[in-house]
Amino acid sequence: MEHITLLIGIVIITALVFDFTNGFHDTANAMATTISTGALRPKTAVAMSAVLNLVGAFLSVEVAKTISGGIIDEGSGIQPEVIFAGLVGAIVWNLLTWLAGLPSSSSHALFGGLIGATLVSVGMDGVNGDAVVMKVLIPAVAAPLVAGVAALVATRLTYRIARDRDPRDTAKGYRAGQIASAALVSLAHGTNDAQKTMGVITLALVTGGVVAPASDPPMWVIVSAGVAIALGTYLGGWRIIRTMGKGLTDIQPPQGFAAQTGAATVILASSHLGFALSTTQVCSGSVMGSGLGRKGGVVRWSTAGRMVIAWGLTLPAAGLVAGAAALLADQGDWGVATVAVLAVIACGAIWLASRRKPVDHTNVNDVDGAPTPAVAAVAADATAPATADAAEPVGIVTAAVRSVAPPPTDAALAQSASDAAPAAPSATAADSLPARPIGAEREARGAAPAAATPVTSAAAPAKATV
Amino acid sequence: MNIDWAALGQVFGVSLVVTVAMVGVFTLGIVGTSAKPSRDAATGAAGTAGGSGALARSGAYACFALCAAAVAYGIYLIVA
Repeated sequence: MEHITLLIGIVIITALVFDFTNGFHDTANAMATTISTGALRPKTAVAMSAVLNLVGAFLSVEVAKTISGGIIDEGSGIQPEVIFAGLVGAIVWNLLTWLAGLPSSSSHALFGGLIGATLVSVGMDGVNGDAVVMKVLIPAVAAPLVAGVAALVATRLTYRIARDRDPRDTAKGYRAGQIASAALVSLAHGTNDAQKTMGVITLALVTGGVVAPASDPPMWVIVSAGVAIALGTYLGGWRIIRTMGKGLTDIQPPQGFAAQTGAATVILASSHLGFALSTTQVCSGSVMGSGLGRKGGVVRWSTAGRMVIAWGLTLPAAGLVAGAAALLADQGDWGVATVAVLAVIACGAIWLASRRKPVDHTNVNDVDGAPTPAVAAVAADATAPATADAAEPVGIVTAAVRSVAPPPTDAALAQSASDAAPAAPSATAADSLPARPIGAEREARGAAPAAATPVTSAAAPAKATV
Repeated sequence: MNIDWAALGQVFGVSLVVTVAMVGVFTLGIVGTSAKPSRDAATGAAGTAGGSGALARSGAYACFALCAAAVAYGIYLIVA
């Protein structure tokens, strides 16, 4: 029994970590355009989003009950190890896409992770293939289209109605409207995504026999999930915010309003009518739609293309990492421990890599590091000290990462999977730090060599933007 | 496998109509409350002379009220 509670504890912590990554990954959905149009200052925007996410987490537990029994067949012998492996896959993919600044669906990462882990440890029977197509693939195509068309038409309309008005007069009104729509998106995100984590934790508790099947999440689960997602949101996934607010297209107040209203409407309509769409994909779609809706508006299709590739890879990539993790975790206690250590090291390495070119609230509105005149004033006072003291401590680490990280990635490609078995995870020297996650990747390739290409191409855009 | 085209179509239709309606109504509100540029004033205000300012203003507030109601309904949908 003691063993089970320890494992369940690990699963719960992992689930909360996922919830946290989910929070900062998805801040962009509600707040990217709000920040880039200047409707709210960056810090204010993420604070508001965090509060609304927290509030949303307490509003209902309906979604939490549907996480199990849908895509994953509960009765087919899911163990806590499987859930743990699935979560690890989802977290790693979430962090990788964050590093690349690509908005990808956290829910799909979670589904992909759970599916991959289930496939490895239970087999095909554990996964409901129809549900995958219905709940993941079709919505992935439909979401950006629906939101994009709605935002496009709405943008055209609003520019037409207000065409004889001075933009300076109307900007304030548009910004107010945008804040209201963004608040709705945040609230809806809190209810949906915090509940997914609650559902996962509850599922783990059920499989461990701690709570009775089909029971509501306990109060402490609701509170911790809400707090985790709110903290993640407040931290802010600035890289993704920059991509969505500035990278895809240039957003003006009327467009921001149309995009955010379209996103809020699509999210609410879809979840209310029982055809849940990914918040991330809806928001990205509506941003692109509003970009196309303005005369002279330009959508940067290369960024959009990379984003769409990331969407396509989310499910298989998260599944792959999770599958490898499941393979290890199934070996017993040491396997679980190894996965945990590898996951922590992978997260650390990704974080270190992100420090090479930090993006935060001071430079979130810059495009590729070049300050735009609008934000130069804001950035000037804050960026200077930030970069100054960031350069100092990061220096050594950066050098280490630079010297070690890129070559092993290539080396790992060439290397055979034969030496995939991870050595004892006693990372001692500093230079072995970045090397570990590559060991994990090698693991993944060893487990399923066919998928080596997606993983590699996922890493490629990451490197391009960093 | 059966794809639920009806639900998808419904989501598409409802989203499109509601988004366009909300954005349109809100924009009308903004237009109603913002100052008219002097150049267009002659043509724009020709038909509705006199108290058009007050009329536009109250119409605009009605538009904003409608949007507020929509937001309230949205919150209701989230909570329910």
